Amino acid sequence: MQVNEYKPLIVAFCCNWCSYAGADLAGNNRLNYPAEVKIIRVPCSCRVNPMFVLRAFQRGADGVIICGCHPGDCHYTSGNYYTRRRMAALFSMLDYLGIEKERTRVEWVSAAEGAKFAATMNDFVEKVTALGENKRLEDLRCKK
Amino acid sequence: MQKITREQLIEKAVSLLADGTVSCVLGWSKGEFDYDVTPALFNNEEELKANFVFNDFCGVNFSKYLISKTNKCDGKILVFLKPCDTYSFNQLLTEHRFDREKVYAVGIPCEGMADIAKVKQICGDGISSIAFDGEKMAVTTLYDDAPVMISTADVLAERCVNCKSKKHVAFDELMGDEGEVIDSNRFDEVEKLEAMTPDERFAFWQNELSRCIRCNACRDVCPACTCEKCVFDNPNSGVENKSPANSFEEKMFHIIRAFHVAGRCTDCGECSRVCPQNIPLHLLNRKFIKDMNEFYGEYQAGAEVGLRAPLVDYTLTDIEPGEVFDRGDSDA
Amino acid sequence: MQRVGVFVCWCGSNIAGTVDVEAVSEALKSEPGVVFSTNYQYMCSQAGQDMIKDAVKEHNLTGIVVCSCSPRMHEATFRKTAAAAGLNPYMVEIANIREQCSWVHKDMLTGTEKAIILGKAAIAKVNLNAPLTPGESPVTKRALVIGGGIAGIQTALDIADAGFPVDIVEKKPTIGGKMAQLDKTFPTLDCAACILTPKMVDVAQNEKIRIFSYSEVSEIKGFVGNFDVTIKKNARFVKEDVCTGCGACVEKCPMKKVPNEFNLGMDNRRAIYIPFAQAVPKVATIDPNACNMLKNGKCGLCARVCTAGAIDYTQKDEYIEEKYGAIVVATGFNPISMDKFDEFAYNQSKDVITSLEFERLTNAAGPTAGKLLRPSDGKHPHTIVFVQCVGSRCDACAEKGKEYCSKICCMYTAKHAMLTRDKYPDTEVYVFYIDVRTPGKNFDEFYRRAVEEYGVKYIKGMVGKVTPEGDVLKVQASDLIANKQLHIDADLVVLAAAIEPDKSARPLATMLTASMDTNDFFTEAHPKLRPVESPTAGVFLSGACQGPKDIPETVSQAGAAASKVIGLLAKDKLTGNPCVAHSNELMCNGCSSCERVCPYGAITYIDKEFRMPDRTTKIRRVASVNPAVCQGCGACTVTCPSGAMDLNGFANLQIMAEVDAICK
Repeated sequence: MQVNEYKPLIVAFCCNWCSYAGADLAGNNRLNYPAEVKIIRVPCSCRVNPMFVLRAFQRGADGVIICGCHPGDCHYTSGNYYTRRRMAALFSMLDYLGIEKERTRVEWVSAAEGAKFAATMNDFVEKVTALGENKRLEDLRCKK
Repeated sequence: MQKITREQLIEKAVSLLADGTVSCVLGWSKGEFDYDVTPALFNNEEELKANFVFNDFCGVNFSKYLISKTNKCDGKILVFLKPCDTYSFNQLLTEHRFDREKVYAVGIPCEGMADIAKVKQICGDGISSIAFDGEKMAVTTLYDDAPVMISTADVLAERCVNCKSKKHVAFDELMGDEGEVIDSNRFDEVEKLEAMTPDERFAFWQNELSRCIRCNACRDVCPACTCEKCVFDNPNSGVENKSPANSFEEKMFHIIRAFHVAGRCTDCGECSRVCPQNIPLHLLNRKFIKDMNEFYGEYQAGAEVGLRAPLVDYTLTDIEPGEVFDRGDSDA
Repeated sequence: MQRVGVFVCWCGSNIAGTVDVEAVSEALKSEPGVVFSTNYQYMCSQAGQDMIKDAVKEHNLTGIVVCSCSPRMHEATFRKTAAAAGLNPYMVEIANIREQCSWVHKDMLTGTEKAIILGKAAIAKVNLNAPLTPGESPVTKRALVIGGGIAGIQTALDIADAGFPVDIVEKKPTIGGKMAQLDKTFPTLDCAACILTPKMVDVAQNEKIRIFSYSEVSEIKGFVGNFDVTIKKNARFVKEDVCTGCGACVEKCPMKKVPNEFNLGMDNRRAIYIPFAQAVPKVATIDPNACNMLKNGKCGLCARVCTAGAIDYTQKDEYIEEKYGAIVVATGFNPISMDKFDEFAYNQSKDVITSLEFERLTNAAGPTAGKLLRPSDGKHPHTIVFVQCVGSRCDACAEKGKEYCSKICCMYTAKHAMLTRDKYPDTEVYVFYIDVRTPGKNFDEFYRRAVEEYGVKYIKGMVGKVTPEGDVLKVQASDLIANKQLHIDADLVVLAAAIEPDKSARPLATMLTASMDTNDFFTEAHPKLRPVESPTAGVFLSGACQGPKDIPETVSQAGAAASKVIGLLAKDKLTGNPCVAHSNELMCNGCSSCERVCPYGAITYIDKEFRMPDRTTKIRRVASVNPAVCQGCGACTVTCPSGAMDLNGFANLQIMAEVDAICK
């Protein structure tokens, strides 16, 4: 394998109403962020089951970020409050198990914040690149 | 070492059977070994006199068994509940898992239950019999003639060393005096782990969790794990798996299970008790409980029927997920 | 196995400029399930859509993946195309390779690679898609308006105008609300009763509007288009259809000392009463707590005097059940209690009053027949101090009062001050304010008139303390601009009390499963784009129950709410969103976790019979999702510990497949 430079694999879960629209706006404004970020659309950030986050890591993702509406602005009124609690518990548990905390993040991005979306992705990729490959949560059967 | 005796419990059960209050009894039964006490359903006085036991190895929490046994019994079922068991009892009622009307709960006092692993550490394998005498137990093995005298207080299960409450939160009748909630040190081990570096923590957990053989005993005994179809058996969930293919599978099973019971776990300690590989599973569940207490206020699952668990609740000013790392106990 | 067709769009050069679209369609050809893959300049154009339709027919496609712009742009377009080709519209997935790929990455190699990955994810998802059919539910063409103030009245009139029957439920004996208690309204200084009473009469005479006065909503069941409501008609001990409102009973009633709520306790009414002369319905009501006959069985004068025979001491509360398609909440507001504001001596002196009490004093039908007199001794006040922001804009940590601005007080105080100066030029008027907020049309000009033409003394500063001393109220306040403390001897102090939602609002919100904020105002579905709808489908908001507002805004919002209701009732059937949650009964525990997290109350629990393996039947409590109410957020699916709850269109396996495809 002639991989010169390690490029992390980032999975981003974005809620349809705010953060996905914010990502679209980043595109409309031709802002740049690394292609390592792949976005999965969900109706609300509360749809993101911790199992999905673990699955992403298991299959080789190096970082997972969940984006949703700002608390108080959820299209479904209360979804992101549950996201906030659930992800706080999950991240704390992953940290407890020794998984580097920079590999996971929750960011609140509104539909008008294209610039924030791009900046967040740039920052996140930079941090995950610095950590190197995710070895601790990887399922060795899923290697290419 | 227990304040209440087997005879007193049998007498209570017999009298409740006789006056028709209950038609069967859920209690502890003699197992293969003296320390291997199993839950069983007793229908009459003969069965009780023959097989019912009560000693320092009666850690079994009956709450979970009520879900299936209330269907097997025509009238009410008598269940003996230690203080820690009553929390699971309330939690299962909150989740509508069994009919309260079909249960007659008798709260019994508990001085702590012994951990056979600790006993084996002192006197080795091959235990042929254990006799109880007040504060001590006489352990006879196949390899020694004379029984080893062990003080029960020295071999208490970890969950009993850090007992959180001697107060029963649910009962129809109480035997003995009412106990009190205890300010326990049950989070000390969790804090010790939190103080380690991430690398040390990872090494610790990899060591512990890689011994898991996916026997599922922890899931099967856990009162919070009472789903009709477990997510690990559900083909639509995407995480169905049974066999340990490699070390990651075990981590994922344990993280997911701990997450699913988060906010519903009453910290009864059964999971660690039944694990054949002695994995300290309670350290995962207690981490969640400690986190919930710190982030969202003190919460004890099952303290009352109808409480709202932290993960199905919210406030407008909850802690942000990124902030959990800045609490000063874990390092960069 | 699906037969998936992949269509990669060039979008002119928007995608093709940074992504090698030919390579993408070539690479995706070999994905599992794909039987056809092509690319074209403009997939959304007529030609592009025809290409899709032809491919569906030619290759017997069962699913479509379009790699193009954001689904927020054209998902609906391609769903229609699929439907036109005879495919279920939900067998379509969009891979966003424009806004989230070609437009954000510069390098063609990485852009193409990413586009292929995103395409693979969409294919993996569509392979697991099942055809979804939106459900339909009927609509009961009748609306319910809860609250009979100006908001409720206006909404009801507009809905009735469109031809739909409307019921108004009002808990007081008459409609009219707060506006009926006002004297003049800003900024036009119209007499409130003169503009309100014609509307009240319109409501009474409109054959499409029914008024349930002295009534409350006691139970609400059902969902949008199909609400089942129970209305409790409180017994007024007077037969509504017989009473002529002549008032003979009121004249003769011997119980004269009942505090009159309409005049905020500043004078008395009788035990049998008509709230005010223009009440609608003009029917007497007996107060059961004050009536001697109802309490002790002695008296009966009113029955003897009534020529219509309308008095009925045996009348009971009545429960009426009715069906509605839409519900409008118009429960209005009240001034807050002044109990926590002892610094202003409200409870210590009769001459410290709230602004609403001041309205009643200046109203010609009020306790003093419109003469501004001190409540304590009936003398004319020569110095009046108005205190702004009493209980509004408070610190969160102060734990008394409200954090928000009550919006109407600056204007009504300017009105009070101006009218006082106009009628009594010898009276000094001071207004102590933090800011003067007069943003509406002609509002600022109104306030400046008060200052410039009528000589009202506006002082920027807060009143620290009001101390009653003999006949006088000693007011200690600060003048922040002159930077000094002021001591004024006032004859009357008027407090601009904050306003809060009516106390009936919170229990009503629970009945409706409509959301409220921490101040008990109903939340709107979107603060900017959907201000008159509650997030709960079928529930609409009108007036101050949604936030403090004045009469012009209330009437606008009432009309807006009415138009939303009309839009709903005009439909014969409601098409639901098919991407809803559903629970697998065989796996459901009945633990109620999902019910608690649903923002819409779409989940209920039912007892269902199941056949057990041993041929017995067992009754288990399982979750049931109402697809008409479910909005598809997915909160329940994650809360469900067993995974019995899943979401159509975003199922667990589908999202896992996307994750797998991306991480390969």
